[in-house]
Amino acid sequence: MANMLISYITLAMILFSIGFLGVISRKNIFIVYMSIELMLNAVNLIFISLGRYYESMTPQVISMLIIAIAAAEAAVFLSMIVVLYRKRKTLNADKFTILSQKDAL
Amino acid sequence: MTSFLVALIVLLPLLSAIFLGLLYLYCIKIKKVPNWLFDTFGLSAPFLSFLITLYFLPKMIDDSEKVFFYTAYKWLSIYGYDINMGFMLDRLSLFMAMFITFVGWLIHIYASGYMRSDSGYGKFFFYFNLFLASMLLLVLADSPLIMFIGWEGVGVCSYFLISYYYKDAQNVKAGNKAFIVNRVGDFGFVVALITLFYYAGANGFDYKNLAIGVQGLPIEVLTFIGMSLFIGAIGKSAQIPLHVWLPDAMAGPTPVSALIHAATMVTAGVYMVVRFSFLYDLIPSVGVFISYIGAFSALFAALIATKQTDIKKILAYSTMSQLGYMFMAVGLGSYSVGIFHVFTHAFFKALLFMGAGAIIVALNHEQNIFKMGGLKKRLPLVCFTMLIATLAISGIPPFAGFFSKDEILLSAFANQKYVIWLLGLITAFFTSYYMFRLFFIVFFAKNCKYFTKLQTLSRSMKIPLIVLAFGSLFSGFIGIPKVLGGSNFIGNFLNDWNLHVGGVSHTLELGLMGLNILIALVGIAVAYKKFFQYDLTLNPELKGVIWHKFYVDEIYERIFIRGIKKLSIFFTINIDKNIIDRLVMSSSLGFIKMGWVVSKMQSAVTRYYAIFMMIGVSIISIYLLIVLGYIL
Repeated sequence: MANMLISYITLAMILFSIGFLGVISRKNIFIVYMSIELMLNAVNLIFISLGRYYESMTPQVISMLIIAIAAAEAAVFLSMIVVLYRKRKTLNADKFTILSQKDAL
Repeated sequence: MTSFLVALIVLLPLLSAIFLGLLYLYCIKIKKVPNWLFDTFGLSAPFLSFLITLYFLPKMIDDSEKVFFYTAYKWLSIYGYDINMGFMLDRLSLFMAMFITFVGWLIHIYASGYMRSDSGYGKFFFYFNLFLASMLLLVLADSPLIMFIGWEGVGVCSYFLISYYYKDAQNVKAGNKAFIVNRVGDFGFVVALITLFYYAGANGFDYKNLAIGVQGLPIEVLTFIGMSLFIGAIGKSAQIPLHVWLPDAMAGPTPVSALIHAATMVTAGVYMVVRFSFLYDLIPSVGVFISYIGAFSALFAALIATKQTDIKKILAYSTMSQLGYMFMAVGLGSYSVGIFHVFTHAFFKALLFMGAGAIIVALNHEQNIFKMGGLKKRLPLVCFTMLIATLAISGIPPFAGFFSKDEILLSAFANQKYVIWLLGLITAFFTSYYMFRLFFIVFFAKNCKYFTKLQTLSRSMKIPLIVLAFGSLFSGFIGIPKVLGGSNFIGNFLNDWNLHVGGVSHTLELGLMGLNILIALVGIAVAYKKFFQYDLTLNPELKGVIWHKFYVDEIYERIFIRGIKKLSIFFTINIDKNIIDRLVMSSSLGFIKMGWVVSKMQSAVTRYYAIFMMIGVSIISIYLLIVLGYIL
């Protein structure tokens, strides 16, 4: 059982790392978004496997909740990307630097 | 109420000084103020102080034990040990305060004429009043510590006034020199105060308690205190070896020289020794040492004065010489005689300086006596008053200087200090010689071709000359010795300090007196022979050891200044620039670089923020894991 848990967590960590690398290495907002989803799901996976390990239903309920919310969030996120594209005509994440002081000035 | 008036003597010039300072600030910052406003306050304060001292005079004459005390407030309190801002008016301080305020007042009047066209008129009177207030505080203090406040105040004001024409670097240098040399003396004073406090200050630090406290102290301690105090006196009163600042102090305006040399500042050292007479009475050997220093300074300065060409420098050296006489007397315990000479000297020296100032103004600020000459007809009043002052300083009866100088030499003779007496006598010869050299060259020399048109002197410059001429003529009469049928009023008045004069038969006393007069007359005769109708086309030779002031400045330059300069340069370059500056600058540079690095992190590229966030989260997680004991 414990070996199984370790392998699940390892898988989750690998997924999370892949997602993180995607976030920091890719510029396309879509791919960044996909990577974020991947990280989210890696965390979900840890939740569920720990829930199985401790034989508790709570994490599974929480995971279901997260998936539901993530679906709603995806809708918002995608619409925001559409708005951003309309404003700037680009999907390059590095171009969106309006939080920087250089742009503010 | 009566005792409050004692504090008022000091307070009036001080308040006036503060007011004048503010008024001057108003004058330069906001709106021009007419000069008479400065006059009103600056001239009335010393006069009112003088009136107050006059008010006390009859009370003091009636009762010799009468001493007025006034404690203004508690100045310091350390674990119950109190030092009060206290004033003491006894016969000595009354006498000092009286002529300080009077002569000071006359010099103020004179200065109002002398400085009339100066742009810093208000500032000048601010300094002047502050100077007078400091001097009066010094004189009227009831404890050495309060005296020290006045002592330092006088030093600071002299610094301000000497470098008054601060646009010339030379004058600023002279001011610095005066200040620094005085610091050396002040060091001795402070050491003496600390020692005195340690050994004798158990019951209180005012003169009354100290006089009790010093009784029964070991002689070594007393000697140490006495010598340290005397170092302070040397610094202030310009005796060998700390005399070098005095001639340079001539850089200031002439009224400043008159004030410093006649009534205030330089007499502070003499006054201090007299004030500590309770101490010096216990250590006669130190007194003899003081006397010798005074005698040598007197002769030394008189010798230098015979070769100088600057009219003010001659007078400066003559001041040093006369101060030497005063120390001669007070060192031998004849305190009242020393103070008497301070008194007469205040009159004739103020008069000499004012006369010199009048000549300098008339000749458009020419100070070299060999460029004057033949002024007798053109400045008759100055000539006449200067003649009185010159006769007074030379010790010709019945002028003031005769009586005091005679008594000083008499007390040296009566104490069987024949070397001191002889030195004093030789100095008397040189005094009359160099003073009449000055007088003859300035007023009687022929072939002067330099000045065709003289500046006119204002009335405020002439009146003090006349008043002081009367002072120089009559001020000696308060001390006519018994042998001449006088009552020696001053000796009786300062009775407490009149210890050692006497024990000489009347015939001998008269003989010595005659000798003094003879010596002075010889000096005049020599000066007459050499310098009367002096031909100014001859260039005086400016060389020799005496012209170079015995190379004292050069020797100091070699021994002290050069080494200290090298040390300072070493400190500025090696320690300050190379170590401290680098440390400070590199730390500030480090911060700048750090800021640069941090600013790079704020690139506004979201991906980098993600990395930094992850790094932070990782560090926190690892830390938590270590703390909770899961890894390592």
